[in-house]
Amino acid sequence: MEQFLSDFWTFVSTRPTDSGWVGWLVPVLIQSLAIVLTLLVAQAFLMYFDRKVWAAVQMRKGPNVVGPFGLLQSFADLFKFVFKEIVIPAGVNKVVFILAPMITFILALVGWAVIPVGPGLVVSDINVGVLYLFAISSLGVYGVIMGGWASNSKYSFLGAIRSSAQMISYEVAIGFVIITVLLLVGSVNLSDIVESQNRGGGVLNWHFIPLFPMFVVFFVSALAETNRPPFDLPEAESELVAGYQVEYSSTLFLMFMIGELANIVLMCAMLTILFFGGWHSPIPWAPLETVPIFWFCAKIIFFFFLFAMVKAIVPRYRYDQLMRIGWKIFLPLSLAWVVLVAGVLILFPGVADWFQSWRS
Amino acid sequence: MIAVAAFYFFAFAAIASGLMVVASKNPVHSVLFLISAFIAASGLFVLMGAEYLAMLLVVVYVGAVAVLFLFVVMMLDVDFVEMKQGFLQYLPIGGAIAALVVVELIMVVFTWAFPSDADMRLAHPAPTAAETVADPNGPTNIEAIGLILYTDYIHYFQIAGVILLIAMIGAIILTFRTREGIKKQDPAKQVARRREEGVELVDIQSGQGLS
Repeated sequence: MEQFLSDFWTFVSTRPTDSGWVGWLVPVLIQSLAIVLTLLVAQAFLMYFDRKVWAAVQMRKGPNVVGPFGLLQSFADLFKFVFKEIVIPAGVNKVVFILAPMITFILALVGWAVIPVGPGLVVSDINVGVLYLFAISSLGVYGVIMGGWASNSKYSFLGAIRSSAQMISYEVAIGFVIITVLLLVGSVNLSDIVESQNRGGGVLNWHFIPLFPMFVVFFVSALAETNRPPFDLPEAESELVAGYQVEYSSTLFLMFMIGELANIVLMCAMLTILFFGGWHSPIPWAPLETVPIFWFCAKIIFFFFLFAMVKAIVPRYRYDQLMRIGWKIFLPLSLAWVVLVAGVLILFPGVADWFQSWRS
Repeated sequence: MIAVAAFYFFAFAAIASGLMVVASKNPVHSVLFLISAFIAASGLFVLMGAEYLAMLLVVVYVGAVAVLFLFVVMMLDVDFVEMKQGFLQYLPIGGAIAALVVVELIMVVFTWAFPSDADMRLAHPAPTAAETVADPNGPTNIEAIGLILYTDYIHYFQIAGVILLIAMIGAIILTFRTREGIKKQDPAKQVARRREEGVELVDIQSGQGLS
């Protein structure tokens, strides 16, 4: 039995290039399925967690009816969405209308292909991992624009322009923040970025300490990029008519919703990898390092908790203030930090050696 | 096997999307097909081992340039029925230009002396895809491009950067206008405002009101 299990683990956890295309395809499919299924089930409970935190801050009870402690609330919502009729309004551009939520949903899941959840536990350990993530997140804006345009409604279109302008603005700041991290690491591979934060000092070696301002910029930009409060202008339900997804109903709306949530979790994973040492334990003690997936998930849940707390506490930004923060504060600040970090690394080779000591 | 299948898939997708860019009636669909052509092209780059270029193509062209295209095209208020009328009258001149380009391309292809792989290697010591796979510790794509771009071609690189900067400043100057007599907010001033400047407590006698 043990022999069988270890054989099975070897089969599903490797990507052999020498055993034909079937021998390559089957394990990769199993790996992709594992991460997508885990992600979707985890999201149901993260959604519940989000609502519970929000409720607790407002001294409400939150969802508590479906299942024990309301744990199955997200599944009830899922079935409610799926069993409703898909209403396709007259005059919409049908193909694009149906394609848009699919793009949002698929892109949010595709990004997870390069996220390392543990040492070697990654579907595709490509050399340009960070760039891949950045490319995928810059594609995400298409779901929004296409959805808004195809609905053939002025409110949807205005909402789509509002949110895509917001997403593009904050992508610039995110790009520069990523560059500062890459300068310290000296590699674009996500596993390397995690490994570089394991220089024996545990939490003291994580990048959020030397790059604390950039960590804050990234966190706030991630809120704006995923249209989370306090930057939820795409669907500011108390002020504006709800952005690009006005005309969507049932499963198509559900895809937008799951896609957005998956994007938020992806951003939490990026924060974990870039600034919080990925799967490493905060205390460099060997027994603690034996549960890498636990640490990774715990950090993601911590950041998700921060996202939920921000949603509960911070009032919504006005649109011009949002643009001002993005272009006039975050962009110059992150650009200055790129110059600063690069300058320090060149001026003091000892510092560069210390940060890149993972290479040896 | 998979690489070959992927190549044909991306190649056909690129060509088909390219055709649809020209053929589709709705300009927004054209832009969407253009995006799909970009993505297929970046897939071809990945197959060639140029993963960095592939990602850059997606980030720059698909993520930024095509979004602006899409914005502009969506906001255009053109009557396409009217535009389609008299479409055929441009057929002769369009056909002539197309024929000219085809002839030129044929002449170029048949007279072009392609450099051999060895010559290419001599001119550009970047690793090929096969070499990168064979030597995982060799310079990656990004390092190879950086080694060429910031040494041999540093001047071209800087000139390109300066041109882009000038273009950006020009665009800002052309569209920037200062408007007189409007009220603006100064966030620093708002943040610096204290309670004492804004609030005055008045003790009002009952039945008298403020004078």
